[in-house]
Amino acid sequence: MAEVKQAARPLSPHLQIYRWSWTMAMSIAHRVTGCALYAGTVLIAAWLVAAASGPAAFETAQAIAGSILGRLVLFGYSFALLHHMVGGLRHFVWDMGYGYEPETRMNMAKYSVVVSGGLTLLVWILAYALR
Amino acid sequence: MQSNSSMRTPLARVRGLGSAKSGTGHFWLQRVTAVANVVLTVIFLGVVISLFGKPYPAAMATLSHPLVAILMLLFVVSGAVHMRIGMQVVIEDYIHGEGLKIAAVMANTFFAIAIGAACVFAVLKLSFGG
Repeated sequence: MAEVKQAARPLSPHLQIYRWSWTMAMSIAHRVTGCALYAGTVLIAAWLVAAASGPAAFETAQAIAGSILGRLVLFGYSFALLHHMVGGLRHFVWDMGYGYEPETRMNMAKYSVVVSGGLTLLVWILAYALR
Repeated sequence: MQSNSSMRTPLARVRGLGSAKSGTGHFWLQRVTAVANVVLTVIFLGVVISLFGKPYPAAMATLSHPLVAILMLLFVVSGAVHMRIGMQVVIEDYIHGEGLKIAAVMANTFFAIAIGAACVFAVLKLSFGG
């Protein structure tokens, strides 16, 4: 049962065959952002451990996070987090049995970019405004 | 009701766990942690925003506040559980060799627990003033 012998038969079409659509792109984006957040937890853990290690380690972590590259990574991380969150809300709608109509699906996919992008900008405007 | 010729015991049918022995546990836990994460993510972002550019003493005062610490702990634990299940789905989708798949799923579990343990330890140490 474990290993099925591979027969020489044509495979079903994969990504490079299909025409890109919003729903397909956002489905892939949900998985990609999930994987990015997975890797990004290393940074959160490192930042918290640095804070727990004392002032010197925390200042170093803050300096790295505050550098241009650090802020770029943080911006990407915050967008991935909010995009994954909005994508998850879309899945809640589907889990409850709504939003399967073609037009609704397409609109939810498009607006998930708009909403997550807008929320990301809001977070960064707030961060700089409240500093 | 299944036909009487089924080889499954009534208990197995009631448990509904199937051959993987876990049933819909992962599916449901992924939804539960997702709901928690929506709330906790917003709180986490709020905490990070409030810490932006703050010097060490001010940042520590925020992070060691009991309410903030408890919410950070919930975020870290719920997040670690959610990301473990999510990555396991990805692994099972793309890695087909049985041995490598088991190794990857196991490494994924170790990673999630290690990240969770590091974050929990750090937050507790900050709170208890270490």
